[in-house]
Amino acid sequence: MAVEKMSIAKALNESLRLALDNDPKVLIMGEDVGKLGGVFRITDGLQKDFGEDRVIDTPLAESGIVGTAIGLALRGYRPIVEIQFDGFVFPAYDQIVTQLAKMHARALGKIKLPVVVRIPYGGGIGAVEHHSESPEALFAHVAGLKVVSPSNASDAYWMMQQAVQSDDPIIFFEPKRRYWDKGEVDTESIPGPLHKAVTVREGGDLTLVAYGPMVKVCLEAAAAAQEEGKSIEVLDLRSMSPIDFDAIQTSAQKTGRVVVVHEAPVFYGSGAEIAARITERCFYHLEAPVLRVGGYHVPYPPARLEDEYLPGLDRVLDAVDRSLAF
Amino acid sequence: MTVESTAAARKPRRASKRTSAAKKPQSSEPQLVQLLTPEGERVEHPDYSIDLSADELRGLYRDMVLTRRFDAEATALQRQGELGLWASLLGQEAAQIGSGRALRDDDYVFPTYREHGVAWCRGVDPTNLLGMFRGVNHGGWDPNSNNFHLYTIVIGSQTLHATGYAMGVAKDGADSAVIAYFGDGASSQGDVAESFTFSAVYNAPVVFFCQNNQWAISEPTERQTRVPLYQRAQGYGFPGVRVDGNDVLACLAVTRSALERARRGEGPTLVEAFTYRMGAHTTSDDPTKYRADEERAAWEAKDPILRLRAYLEKEKLADEAFFTALDEESETLGKRVREAVRAMPDPDPMALFEHGYADGNSLVDEERAQFAAYQASFADSAEEGK
Repeated sequence: MAVEKMSIAKALNESLRLALDNDPKVLIMGEDVGKLGGVFRITDGLQKDFGEDRVIDTPLAESGIVGTAIGLALRGYRPIVEIQFDGFVFPAYDQIVTQLAKMHARALGKIKLPVVVRIPYGGGIGAVEHHSESPEALFAHVAGLKVVSPSNASDAYWMMQQAVQSDDPIIFFEPKRRYWDKGEVDTESIPGPLHKAVTVREGGDLTLVAYGPMVKVCLEAAAAAQEEGKSIEVLDLRSMSPIDFDAIQTSAQKTGRVVVVHEAPVFYGSGAEIAARITERCFYHLEAPVLRVGGYHVPYPPARLEDEYLPGLDRVLDAVDRSLAF
Repeated sequence: MTVESTAAARKPRRASKRTSAAKKPQSSEPQLVQLLTPEGERVEHPDYSIDLSADELRGLYRDMVLTRRFDAEATALQRQGELGLWASLLGQEAAQIGSGRALRDDDYVFPTYREHGVAWCRGVDPTNLLGMFRGVNHGGWDPNSNNFHLYTIVIGSQTLHATGYAMGVAKDGADSAVIAYFGDGASSQGDVAESFTFSAVYNAPVVFFCQNNQWAISEPTERQTRVPLYQRAQGYGFPGVRVDGNDVLACLAVTRSALERARRGEGPTLVEAFTYRMGAHTTSDDPTKYRADEERAAWEAKDPILRLRAYLEKEKLADEAFFTALDEESETLGKRVREAVRAMPDPDPMALFEHGYADGNSLVDEERAQFAAYQASFADSAEEGK
């Protein structure tokens, strides 16, 4: 059967398995990805089935993981590397930003860097410091990288397939608090392009723009608003670089009101870019300024405070009300 | 050093087990593999014998002379404003030509930004190296056409790329090797340490070729390490060897041996070529501000080109006609480089948007279209002005 209900974690695992099966050049690398199957078990069972040469446990060194993946890519391999947690990517940030992102351009297109960097990101799981961050804007700002994040099992499955097949380096942010959310995956359907946004709920009064873990919150907010007679559209961006501004524009022109929701700090975040573009593209269609809901300009808080920091249903609905009041 | 301190240093000390155990080899007293003395005398080394034909010896000499000539031309071009910057290899010709000529065609090189001599050995047209220094590109050559990767400016990053590439070579079951170049300053970088770890753990066929040219811009090697650099390898579980970096024969022999070891599946080797950067780090700094003239003078006496020339002349392996022809070839090369740089066109403005992504990017497409329209607006106003 082509359609199966599975969690995002399972969908990623199945997708990685398919990638390893389809192409002998695909490798999986990272800390604990072998016997343990990764700290979130996303690579569970893959080393057992594909061997230590394909699913590679690495030394505990993030720069080394990405740096050697670059070398393997130059040799013709297609490495998928796992960074254990969002906050641990920074030792590898230099290799990602100064090397991985730029090498294709520096060689005037003569070489390709098909490397996928998987990063479980975001909060909401009660973790300790450095385990809950949303650094996507830091990567989206860098030319040469593409940045994506699925919000559901089907996208997790298919977007991973597309990321592995891309000849560009992809930063693949996995919403870790949604790993166990289940959804239907049609393993035979032909998916839309990797960087295309999807309208996950139709509405006429206001558009909520979100990606990754916040899509679910926005859908819940839209459902709650429906009870108050408000018709809210929800756009799942799926890709933070490039961003499907056409889809945002279409929805903004339809509803006239946009609220962007993400976990990352609002300051210099992807919401700022989206708000600015909407203003440039459809200023006269707007009934209200584009509002943003996100994290504060503080270090990610300790777990007992993270519910205050993370955008929840009430904060999204409050922004919806403020927008509709204009 | 004062007379008193010299005398004190010469005074025999009481040998105690404690002090001898604590004694460490100093960078200033290198244990070098040497096959050709600074005076141009051939000497033997038990582990690294080499037997080269007169042709091969003349070839190494020619490589070094032409590389130095190219380097001098580039330095001059920078002074004339034709290049924005230049990183001279003056003094490091033996380390680069010796190691470069040890490579097989199917080996792969990961250089820093100063490996002009290695590039020469790989058959990279020297004018290709100048594009990034002139500012027309950030690399610009196809790394796979000569198995010579792009110059890497961030210090030490390329050692990890070399290690990963070598892991791929091993996976492919190929018997080629990979060589990563870096300097004494880079040895302080985390990426170099991580590349040592990864290469040792995966037994990758990679040779780490450190050109210890004594200075990382203005910081001396003593600011990078408290042990001789080659000894670092031991802690990672692979051999390290220090070679006279101004001795092209020793550099060739030691690198060849390390590459063969890699090919045999015995893993990485660290080669420390003990040499000296005769000029500035780049044309932007002024070595007279940070190092003594006497130091440079002492190293001048160890010049890699002069010592091979002395040997060639002494053994009558090259005649006057050879040296004269080489002088002419050098001048021709200099002229060709000069003319090529001056003729190097600025890139087309639309090149801004090329090659950022292999699979394209809608944002770049949008910005490209905006920029094209902006450019075209000038063409329109030029038309109107006619």
